[in-house]
Amino acid sequence: MLSIRNLHASVEAKQILKGLDLEVKAGEVHAIMGPNGSGKSTLGNVLAGREAYEVTAGEVLLDGKDLLELSPEDRAREGVFLAFQYPVEIPGVSNINFLKTALNEVRAYKGLPPLEAKEFLNKVKERQKLVEFDAKLANRSLNEGFSGGEKKRNEIFQLAMLEPKLAILDETDSGLDIDALRIVARGVNQLRSKDNAFIVITHYQRLLDYIVPDFVHVLYNGRIVRSGTKELALELEEKGYDWIKETVDAEGAV
Amino acid sequence: MLDEVATDIMITQVSDSLYTQLIKTYGGNLPSSEPHSLDEIRKQAFERFKSTGFPTVKQEDWKYTNVQPLVNRQHYALDTETLSAAIAIDKAIIPGLDAYRVVMVDGKYNADLSTAKDIPGLSVMPIDQAFERLCFAKYFSEYADKTDNPFVALNTALFTSGLFIEVGKNCQLQKPVHVIHVASASKPSFTQVRNLYVMSTFAEAEIIESFITNEGAAHSLNNTVSEIVVRENAKLQHYYLQVAGSQGNYLNHTEVYQEKHSLYNNYNCSFPGAAFIRNNINVRLGDSEVESHLYGVTLTADNQLVDNHTIVDHRKPHCESYEWYKNITQDTSTAVFNGKIFVRPDAQKTNAFQQNNNMLIGEKSAVYTKPQLEIFADDVKCSHGCTIGQFDNEALFYLQARGISEAQARVLLVHAFAFDVTSRFANAIVREYVEHLVEQGLKAG
Repeated sequence: MLSIRNLHASVEAKQILKGLDLEVKAGEVHAIMGPNGSGKSTLGNVLAGREAYEVTAGEVLLDGKDLLELSPEDRAREGVFLAFQYPVEIPGVSNINFLKTALNEVRAYKGLPPLEAKEFLNKVKERQKLVEFDAKLANRSLNEGFSGGEKKRNEIFQLAMLEPKLAILDETDSGLDIDALRIVARGVNQLRSKDNAFIVITHYQRLLDYIVPDFVHVLYNGRIVRSGTKELALELEEKGYDWIKETVDAEGAV
Repeated sequence: MLDEVATDIMITQVSDSLYTQLIKTYGGNLPSSEPHSLDEIRKQAFERFKSTGFPTVKQEDWKYTNVQPLVNRQHYALDTETLSAAIAIDKAIIPGLDAYRVVMVDGKYNADLSTAKDIPGLSVMPIDQAFERLCFAKYFSEYADKTDNPFVALNTALFTSGLFIEVGKNCQLQKPVHVIHVASASKPSFTQVRNLYVMSTFAEAEIIESFITNEGAAHSLNNTVSEIVVRENAKLQHYYLQVAGSQGNYLNHTEVYQEKHSLYNNYNCSFPGAAFIRNNINVRLGDSEVESHLYGVTLTADNQLVDNHTIVDHRKPHCESYEWYKNITQDTSTAVFNGKIFVRPDAQKTNAFQQNNNMLIGEKSAVYTKPQLEIFADDVKCSHGCTIGQFDNEALFYLQARGISEAQARVLLVHAFAFDVTSRFANAIVREYVEHLVEQGLKAG
């Protein structure tokens, strides 16, 4: 589904990603772990098309289509979804109006007619239930007055509404207490299918107890330096990131 | 290219400014009609104008709004003859609005296109037919001419047309009155229009005014003065929808006088088009228990200038005023906001709120804003605030990352910005229309 080859990216002339390779197939969950500053969030933002990030080399294909050529909205319409680390509050834009606009733009891109008001509201209700997001959305502005946890859960709810092919969760666990973490994870697990894929970016192993990944990759200094199964995450948790830094730096020195 | 050169030559050849043209034409020869009590008022007003002339940017109230190019570089016809057959009012139509319609062509009442006739409690007529009325004698020039706006003095001295509306005692109009002002003259013209609207005691009405330009109309300078009296317990919802073309230049002075327990709400909306707009909206809260709301949405584009000057004058105790203006500027346009609130010594227990927010979209656009509070009473609650910002790129990206196009995301964000004001529109149909105009007026990218 997604293939990233030799990806180099910089922000404000600082090189962050330095030759990243990753293959994600439909039905898989990949966890990306790594110490602070290793480029985890940069990867999410580059995939979603944030303007400040400049791709200096490499390619990203989504089902064979060159993702880097597309505007952020077209990437979303092609099925890329970034759950933000810091979801934005937009006073004056209602949650419902926002969702309807987004959903219908994605549908229009696929040549589908807009959803009828009733169908739409039924879907909202059904998906809210699925991801256990019970915040009142009607007559409320997008993320306005939401707690940190509610904002993150709203991201998962949007994910459930838009049903992307590839979801990237950028530190969705940060700032969540253990109960909220469980709910978010349950929501994600409900949405997993053989047709979609997840990239879960996280600093801690904790989230991976709930969202069990098929693969774990360790990002360090802009490259994936270790790949393995979920046991790698446990090993990391035990030995800490210094273990990675030391071994990788030692390899580099050789 | 050739055209430009030709225009330049023409401009240098016209040495007469509008001021000398007016003095030459009207000095000792002011419009006159029965009853002659008007003659003296006109004479005095003309003297006032003669002594001040047109304002310059050296005057604080006109610092950012230079009328000199308008009154110096163009030769105007002072009296316009229009052919009503060719007037199209479709540009003013508000989808879904069922209203009594009044059409004013270059300030003159057009009976053929107007439908606000024979409605119980509603009197609509050309202003010169109202001269004999008691309420005309009582309110005409009573408040507007107390201000130092030279354009009011000029208007009082020289107007010959305009609109008179009276909503009778206890009358609650079933439909809004939609007044459509059409600029149509085929030669550059200077029009002066005078309106007087009187809301009798316990009357309730909604007046929606649209400003449009007829196909093929020439450059025009329109100096309009509207005097509005809202009597005891009366309520008026008043909308200005400025959708004229780029040939249009407008000076609109609105002077509102409110009596006890009355409500006046003004919704002042300007959109890309008219090159020059200066609105003066003054509300005098003349008695206690009065409520006034002033809302504004201004979306500018190209090289437009839209200047809104407002005065909220609290004269008596226990009154409330609420003012919120939003400006969105694109391209090289300019928006000016000046909001003055007076709280006079008598006006204890006043509650006055004012807010002005600005969103600069065009990198070369400009906003000048000046909130002013002058409080002479000691037991009052007053607040004012002002912000200037740009598009929030984080919010734009967030919306785009959900599949919303950049253009649509901008529309959403501008709607969101205007929401504090548009959500307060009493008329949902007008609100929808205004939101649509905002969407239409926003440029891609």
